[in-house]
Amino acid sequence: MTLASLPLTLVALQVVTGIALGAIYVLVGIGLSLIFGLMNIVNFAHGAFFMAGAYVGVFLYGYTGNFWVSLVVAPVAIGLLGLAVERVLIRPLYGRGPDDPLLLTFGLAYVVVESVRILFGLTGLPFSAPPPLRGAVDIGIGYFPLYRLFLIGFVGLVVLGLWLLIERTRFGLIIRAGARDPQIVQVLGIDIGRVWLAVFGLGCALAGLAGILAAPLQGVTPEMGVPVLAEAFVVTVVGGMGSLAGAVLAGLLVGIVVAMTSLIAPDLTKMAIFAVMALVLLVRPRGLLGRAGAFG
Amino acid sequence: MSGSAAGPARAVPSSEGSGAPGGRLARAGRHRVALSLAALALFPLVAPYEALAVNILVLGLYALGFNLLFGYAGLLSFGHAAFLGAGAYGCGIAIVQYGLHPLAAIGLGTGLAVAVAAAMGYLAIRTRGIYFAMTTLALSMCVYYAFYRAERLTGGENGLRGINVPALGLPGVSLPLLDPTVKYYVVLVFVGAAIWLFSRILASPFGAVLEAIRENEGRAEACGYDVRRVKLVAFVISGAFCGLAGALQAIHLSIVPIETMHYATSGEAVMMALLGGTRTFFGPFVGAATFLLLQDGLATLTSHWQLLVGAIFIAFVLFLPLGLWGEVLARLRRLDAAPGGAP
Amino acid sequence: MTLGFDRRRLLTGGAAAAGLALAAPALLRHARAEGTGPIRIGFPVPLTGPFGAEANDQVRAAQIAVKEFNAAGGLGGRLAEILVRDDKLNPGEAATRTLELIEKDKVNVLVGGLSAAVTLSINNVARGRGVIYNSISQSDAITEAKDFGRTTFHEALSPHMTAGAVGRYVFPRHGKRVAFLTADYAYGHEMVRGFRRAGAAFGIEVVSDVRHPIGATDYSAFLPMIASLRPDVLCLCNFGRDQVVSVQQATEFGLKQSTKLVAPVLLLTARKAGGEAFEGVVGGTSYYWGLEETVPSARAFNDKFRAAYGGAVPSDYGALGYAGVRSVLEAAKLAGSVETDRLVPALEALRADFYKGPQYFRTCDHQSVQSVLIVESKFRNQRTPDDLFSIVHAEAPDEAGLRSCAELGHRQG
Repeated sequence: MTLASLPLTLVALQVVTGIALGAIYVLVGIGLSLIFGLMNIVNFAHGAFFMAGAYVGVFLYGYTGNFWVSLVVAPVAIGLLGLAVERVLIRPLYGRGPDDPLLLTFGLAYVVVESVRILFGLTGLPFSAPPPLRGAVDIGIGYFPLYRLFLIGFVGLVVLGLWLLIERTRFGLIIRAGARDPQIVQVLGIDIGRVWLAVFGLGCALAGLAGILAAPLQGVTPEMGVPVLAEAFVVTVVGGMGSLAGAVLAGLLVGIVVAMTSLIAPDLTKMAIFAVMALVLLVRPRGLLGRAGAFG
Repeated sequence: MSGSAAGPARAVPSSEGSGAPGGRLARAGRHRVALSLAALALFPLVAPYEALAVNILVLGLYALGFNLLFGYAGLLSFGHAAFLGAGAYGCGIAIVQYGLHPLAAIGLGTGLAVAVAAAMGYLAIRTRGIYFAMTTLALSMCVYYAFYRAERLTGGENGLRGINVPALGLPGVSLPLLDPTVKYYVVLVFVGAAIWLFSRILASPFGAVLEAIRENEGRAEACGYDVRRVKLVAFVISGAFCGLAGALQAIHLSIVPIETMHYATSGEAVMMALLGGTRTFFGPFVGAATFLLLQDGLATLTSHWQLLVGAIFIAFVLFLPLGLWGEVLARLRRLDAAPGGAP
Repeated sequence: MTLGFDRRRLLTGGAAAAGLALAAPALLRHARAEGTGPIRIGFPVPLTGPFGAEANDQVRAAQIAVKEFNAAGGLGGRLAEILVRDDKLNPGEAATRTLELIEKDKVNVLVGGLSAAVTLSINNVARGRGVIYNSISQSDAITEAKDFGRTTFHEALSPHMTAGAVGRYVFPRHGKRVAFLTADYAYGHEMVRGFRRAGAAFGIEVVSDVRHPIGATDYSAFLPMIASLRPDVLCLCNFGRDQVVSVQQATEFGLKQSTKLVAPVLLLTARKAGGEAFEGVVGGTSYYWGLEETVPSARAFNDKFRAAYGGAVPSDYGALGYAGVRSVLEAAKLAGSVETDRLVPALEALRADFYKGPQYFRTCDHQSVQSVLIVESKFRNQRTPDDLFSIVHAEAPDEAGLRSCAELGHRQG
């Protein structure tokens, strides 16, 4: 099958599908990229935080019946977890080189996943989109699930907010400066440790938010973070480690590539992600928008 | 990402061999191959069962090969599963589909790993740091899917079955591999030869160049070394060791699961090397033993073993930053250097 | 010779004394005679990983079979025990654990496995060492001549017979325009083959056969195209988590309005994890506890399970744990021995009704010939939390639903 032989509306619909897919990649990718860009930490527990966010959200929904509460509380809870992890576990490793945090977060991922298994069981919890967001609407090129449209819009708003935070606030200025040269920032009298703490918490909160947003698409299981971690790595690396715009661009690119491959050669979908990553890195060894130590 | 030579984790003299001249530890380090082999020869006596002991041998060799690149050349690869897998599939396919002699099959598997490593290395060495890690990961996953889809040869998702080698026929003698003890020592002969070779490589001028590149790439380049070529050669040699490990694993388990090539298996090499200590010669074996014994032991205790494994990992990172073996050596070195020394 | 060399090294080594002390148990364990002591059944199952719930249920059910056997006096006083090992759903780990069970624990037989790759791995190690292995995981490949060994038995349904039975039920009732969404691996392909064979008799028209990568987390990219073809039936030829997510997303994309969703192997745990989205989904299974309304042996088995585990009912795969162990133990009684050479013909001769009605192993490929249940998922009209399916049909045991011995590459008919 080739693209040309398919009806145009189906191809267009597939692009929208790809953007919805990409929205989740963008959120997890940004969190991972933030943490790496500023702290030089490859966070292997990112997928576990994503999963934990979904569980917290679904669990709360069971009590409150209100999806909006979950949407706010889940990222906050995972953000707080992130703060605690940074304080207690990551902080002792500063100055040791990047292998140690990598190994530590690898172990942490095990702990988080297994804790969820103990607390919530092995099988996973069912979860569907909240009633007002169910069903499909006509978007001119065909019917599309309402929840996925909501997802695209919501993630768009979050990304806009992050951009404003990084480009337009004093905190953002410190982040950008810290990514470029942490020592200078410290010399200027800014406690870089507190910035790192905040950034780690923010990155984890974004992972948690992505988790609860993804929950209505696939239900929740303790293992749901595993493929997400790999996809998030691809997104961050393709976009350029530490680049917000890069993560957004790469997230959407990966989403659309997945959607298009599904249409033309469905069995190659998973391979396509890695093929894209290899190609991009061979042509641009620092990713699409990556610069040394820059954030912006 | 491994270019930074600053932090305390970097300040350790590498390998047992190069300690202070004249110290007992340095003298022992000169016999590192013999000591390693002795430890591995005795290992089955304390291992819970032979099949696990062989796994530790094989994955120890895998981590050792990986560590040539990581510990000695300072290059973090996340794609070494491709070489372990290429070695395993190469060996397995040679036996199952073409009925070759196991020795020829092991050679073929290692050769296939070398070829895959040469191709991957050629593409990957143009990137650096975390991008190098991710490029190797991406390329290895492309190799993974290529093998996955070659279902007629590899068995695809179901894995390759039927690598049944009941005995290793040599001129004049047939070694019964169905006997687990015999199998262990046969595998040890291969692993031992590899350890010896590995030690020779490190002791050669090439080994010195590798460490020079790790410590300061720019200076090595200025000294007239073709850094790219050295890296590529190191990548291929590292792949060869991992390929041999894969070939031995195929014969040991009589199957090759597709998981062998997955990036999670690449991650295991990183973890085992770090657990044992990347700046030590024997560390990867200690790391493999720790990793596998922990998993095995805890899994028999509780189905929530992953919680404990994770917690132990965290504790290791926090409290034993040099890795288990690295920490042991550092303590010994301190004792050795202390005035009067320990008896 | 290697061994001599290493022994010398051992003696010269400083740790020789300690080494020898440690060696003693190892030597003893090799000296242990076979054929005496309890009957040992190795039971590798994936206690960790996504099928942990099934695996735990399998262990519990298997223990009932052992308890029953021992309470009845065992094999002339020789009692049975089961050695559970966690294969972590990983074929390499499964091979290692199987080696442990055979070489160190000296098990008499093996029962277990969940997932095709793992069951094939256990089987390859076991057949290379002449140990009987009764597989309780669905696979077509394991009964093909290439993987089959004299000691291989397959207690579970095969994907071919399950998909075939589901197809024969669904196609005449729900329509002939059929789409497949298939996990791209042997197990998925095997189910498609089963559907296509069964469908030929009804003249089905396959409008789409989409292959998705195994373990995909999103099916949205496949669904608009399938929806645009307006099939009568959509067969989701995948398993576990893939099944849950694809059913959930097919529902989200509104496919249920005009299309019947069919999942050939409809897992009880998948229905639990999928919840409301599964309502109305039809599929096949080897066992559902509701069978007790029509089959007395099912009631007896359920009652034993309820009594042992606080009123819980056994799951589909759990029941297979019971059947797998019970078959072996009943055959041992028949043979008066657990020696492989006597147990194999006894298993071949076994005619049983343990828990779901009559079943037996076909001689050529040792596939268990048994009924296939067709179930439909419930949600709104559940009477109890365990009331998850209604049995809409039961296809009686029939070798016609299996691939022929010749097709599998076996000589005998």
